[in-house]
Amino acid sequence: MKALGHVFKYGDNVDTDVIIPARYLNSFDAQELASHAMADIDPEFVDKVQPGDLIVANKNFGCGSSREHAPLCLKTAGVSCVIAETFARIFYRNAINIGLPIIECPEAAKRIEAGDEVEVDFDSGMIYDRTKGTEFKGQPFPEFMQKLIAAGGLVKYTNSKR
Amino acid sequence: MGMTMTQKILAAHAGLDQVEAGQLIEAKLDVVMANDITGPMALPIFKEMADKVYDKDKVVLVPDHFTPNKDIKSAENSKAIREFAREQGLSWFFEQGKSGVEHAILPEAGVVAAGECIIGADSHTCTYGALGAFSTGVGTTDIATGMATGELWFKVPGALKFVLKGKPGPYVSGKDIIIHIIGRIGVDGALYKSMEFTGEGISALSMDDRFTMANMAIEAGAKNGIFPVDEKAQSYMKEHTQKEYKIYEADEDAVYDDVIEIDLAAVRPTVAFPHLPGNAKTIDEIEAMEPVKIHQVVIGSCTNGRMEDMRKAAAILKGQTVHEDVRVMVIPATQKIYKQCMKEGLLDIFVDAGCAVNTPSCGPCMGGHMGVMAAGERCVSTTNRNFVGRMGHVDSLIYLASPEVAAASAIAGCIANPEKVGDR
Repeated sequence: MKALGHVFKYGDNVDTDVIIPARYLNSFDAQELASHAMADIDPEFVDKVQPGDLIVANKNFGCGSSREHAPLCLKTAGVSCVIAETFARIFYRNAINIGLPIIECPEAAKRIEAGDEVEVDFDSGMIYDRTKGTEFKGQPFPEFMQKLIAAGGLVKYTNSKR
Repeated sequence: MGMTMTQKILAAHAGLDQVEAGQLIEAKLDVVMANDITGPMALPIFKEMADKVYDKDKVVLVPDHFTPNKDIKSAENSKAIREFAREQGLSWFFEQGKSGVEHAILPEAGVVAAGECIIGADSHTCTYGALGAFSTGVGTTDIATGMATGELWFKVPGALKFVLKGKPGPYVSGKDIIIHIIGRIGVDGALYKSMEFTGEGISALSMDDRFTMANMAIEAGAKNGIFPVDEKAQSYMKEHTQKEYKIYEADEDAVYDDVIEIDLAAVRPTVAFPHLPGNAKTIDEIEAMEPVKIHQVVIGSCTNGRMEDMRKAAAILKGQTVHEDVRVMVIPATQKIYKQCMKEGLLDIFVDAGCAVNTPSCGPCMGGHMGVMAAGERCVSTTNRNFVGRMGHVDSLIYLASPEVAAASAIAGCIANPEKVGDR
């Protein structure tokens, strides 16, 4: 599995309130949520994002609330992968559970810039910045999480066990 | 190798003698909780896995975020979990009028107890660590899985040990201590880890102080915050719950990633400035600055809407008048607290001072309703997050503080020192 697209770049501590503000949480319709993705940090995001695009950010991406609406709105908006130095733990779980690929890679987070064309190979964990001609090795998922992802998320994994 | 308190609880719930940091385990759940935002979204996911919840006494639903329902969509969401609770015969569905903010009502109603393994589809579920439980926030798919199976996977966390010593001074409470701690370690200072609070200083902290501190463990990125189960915690549980509980203690040789000493006597009233809970400034630093003029004060929430918080705010507001430029919302976190405020005459004090007293709800904390801010407005709030746009317009500002600082600020019209209210 691969991701390929252009990068939207953000800083430290991008919280779930700016990814999907609570004023939109009276709905859990994925398309409706996607139409407000990143509303309070980058109002132009939803107009600019193309299917396959990536988000690259620094540390503690997705901190704050437990709202699964956050990874869901990004995935539905077309985001193919989020690369960050670190993720907040609930966002990390939620992303895996709904099948939004995420990769921790401090070096890539630091060096990839907004607008770069980036390709990610999820099998090898390699990240290629096609614009700059650089490459980075992302943190691979532990085996148990790979099993979850391979099963198609937590619901399918749970059903397969019973 | 010794285990931390959290690791011991997780090991017991995974049926293992020993676990270590980083290990992936599947643990049995004692309580699985969701609210009116995360619950409705979990129902279709739950139905892909099961027809019946794993245990009708252990799955808990609390409509509290957009209640009393702020619009038609939120009314539909509350209705969905209400009907689900009836259909499944859940023992714990907290309806308005008999309820409150989830993390205040669950301990008060005796739904949670020491030694348990608890998940909630709300990040502040870490609150119940104050009782000596392992308790953590998860998302919707996790909660749906917990409702269906009574089990969930966890990565066993490492831990930061906080050794508390001394006694906090007057006008310093759990809120000041936890903002001070987050200010020291940063908003990702405990990322993926437990915050284990220990030391003789704990005996000087009330249960309400501990709930406030455990509640904000997530604001340092922690998986959970946890307190030892001392006499105070046991007498709280004796008063509130029928459940049998189990006391776990960290091993003498438990391994910690870091040990941090906190001298409670040295902690000053502390405020978190926009836009991070770790952006801590002491009241002395604030007094040396240009006054920060405010438009709104919120006293309530799962962080600081408990009885002691109400009493502390009322002690400051008694006989005083809210500043003419400031709107104040006081929101007791549960019906029981609301009624106790009534009995003790605190509602009179709040209303006479010019505060609006609202029914228990998360209300303005996450910008839902009952106090949403306009562009350029500033709020001193006893809630837990001051992120961009959290309480309304993206250009509004939130300053997180204790009930005493909030009350003093309501009177002064700017962030104020509660030690000096009598001076005016």
